Amino acid sequence: MQMSAAPSTVPPAQASTAQASAARAVELDRASVVFGRGAGAVTALAPTTLRIGHGAFVALVGPSGCGKSTILKLVSSLLRPSDGSVVVGGREASVRALRIGMAFQNPTLLPWLTIERNVMLPLKIVPPFRHDFRRERTRAFRDRVHALLARVGLQDFAGHYPWQLSGGMLQRANLCRALIHEPDLLLLDEPFGALDQFTREELWQDLQALYLERRPTVLLVTHDLREAGYLATRICVMSPRPGRIISDRPIDLPQPRDIDLIYRPDFVEMTQSLRELIAQVRK
Amino acid sequence: MSNLRIRICSAALIFGFFAMWEVLCLWLQVSDLLLPRPTEIAATLWTRFPVLWPHILQTLYSTLTGFGLGVIIGVTLGVLIGTSRLAYGVAYPLLVGFSSIPKVAVVPIFVLWFGSGTTPAILTAMVICVFPIVVNIATGLATTEPELEDVLKTLGASRSEILWNVGLPRAMPYFFASLKVAVTLSFVGAVLSETVASNRGIGNVMMTASSNFQTSLLFAGLFVLAAMGVALYAVFSFLEARVTGWATRKTDIAVT
Ligand SMILES: Nc1ncnc2c1ncn2[C@@H]1O[C@H](COP(=O)(O)OP(=O)(O)OP(=O)(O)O)[C@@H](O)[C@H]1O
Ligand SMILES: [Mg+2]
Repeated sequence: MQMSAAPSTVPPAQASTAQASAARAVELDRASVVFGRGAGAVTALAPTTLRIGHGAFVALVGPSGCGKSTILKLVSSLLRPSDGSVVVGGREASVRALRIGMAFQNPTLLPWLTIERNVMLPLKIVPPFRHDFRRERTRAFRDRVHALLARVGLQDFAGHYPWQLSGGMLQRANLCRALIHEPDLLLLDEPFGALDQFTREELWQDLQALYLERRPTVLLVTHDLREAGYLATRICVMSPRPGRIISDRPIDLPQPRDIDLIYRPDFVEMTQSLRELIAQVRK
Repeated sequence: MSNLRIRICSAALIFGFFAMWEVLCLWLQVSDLLLPRPTEIAATLWTRFPVLWPHILQTLYSTLTGFGLGVIIGVTLGVLIGTSRLAYGVAYPLLVGFSSIPKVAVVPIFVLWFGSGTTPAILTAMVICVFPIVVNIATGLATTEPELEDVLKTLGASRSEILWNVGLPRAMPYFFASLKVAVTLSFVGAVLSETVASNRGIGNVMMTASSNFQTSLLFAGLFVLAAMGVALYAVFSFLEARVTGWATRKTDIAVT
């Protein structure tokens, strides 16, 4: 009886913040990034506050150079904030709190590995897969990689080296590598930039299906407002450099969404209004 | 030009060189004591081969042992220097200074410490090949693109996992390029030490032949050395092509 009564002695305010931070996947609190010192210093990101709940799909849009990639690097702890704090999965500056899958803006496949080996790389590093890697790399893991590659149309290129692929193919392989280990937090930096409209729409649908299956938290950087509107549950718009978030709106359309949605008048109207907003802040 | 034609031309050049040598010696009536003809050298090589064979093995043994030790030390130092920016800055000048010592100068020191024989030959072979390996491994590691390391960092990889999966594979082309050079240098070092202080090995055979005016044996030794040097280089070129094929990006374009 004593034990069960104990929690009620915690002040209510404190309890609610503890609960709130545990309920969030990502929390940027006035985080800013400055590169360099003195006269040559570049502010890549103005103090930015961004809170993302578990299972949300957030799209980040904004003009080039405003700090979108910088935010992704903060969240994946590749960068430390110059000021403010970044908490991921309830822990500060830790990549191990949540299983992270990241697709970089430039496909960074390792040139000495085949596509299959490149995509398999996370399974070699990330627990719990790493414990089975030696045993499964020629069996279950291999099948898994091939299934994912087939999903993006690269089934015939598993044995090729990265330099034997086109830019768009590299981008698809790069996306596979971010997905293979079933991450809880998916960070995608313009993953469809080098693709044609049809391939892109196909992959949007694939990504949406994957998202609805496993419900990871997704942070997607994109320049394509239709992509943002079709996929995301929430869109954040950033101002030009030094960037900060100037608009943060939910997209309440039910999921799964049909691809024809992007041609419906209310959807077009929504992307139009976002476009106007960005056009305004660019000036 | 096709590969085959290049090969034929190169074989013709080598053959022409020896034919010229033979003809000039006959024509100018050069004394055997100064410059024997290739056919004489070949004959000596054939008849004296049983005597030369143990010396060939001896030289090969000194070279490869010294080279093996040199690779172990070179890779270890290279990894230490290449993975730490501090070590890179601090140790690099020292290495450059060390490497600019003519390696011949260390032979008398080794002889003083270990006496003449196999030990100084192995040590000379080792010392002479360490530097290119260290520099190449360190350069390969230090120039690794941070983006490639970032891929592993986001997966929560440890420093040693990053080294194994990114740093070392990335340094392999540099490493193998340096091995080709290093094995040849080791060979030079071993022979050099044998010439100065040993009673075995091809270097010693040549020294003895020279003082006994056995000129054709001297040249036979030279041929053996050339053949061994080419063989060692070829072995490591082959290994390099096998291991670091990704760096040269060789694919054939089908012409139909
Ligand atoms: N390593 C760095 N050193 C110095 N400045 C940097 C560095 N990385 C980024 N920056 C600066 O930070 C700013 C934001 O960069 P970031 O890559 O986040 O932009 P972005 O929003 O992703 O742009 P894009 O849409 O073009 O990819 C840029 O203006 C850039 O000049
Ligand atoms: Mg970017």
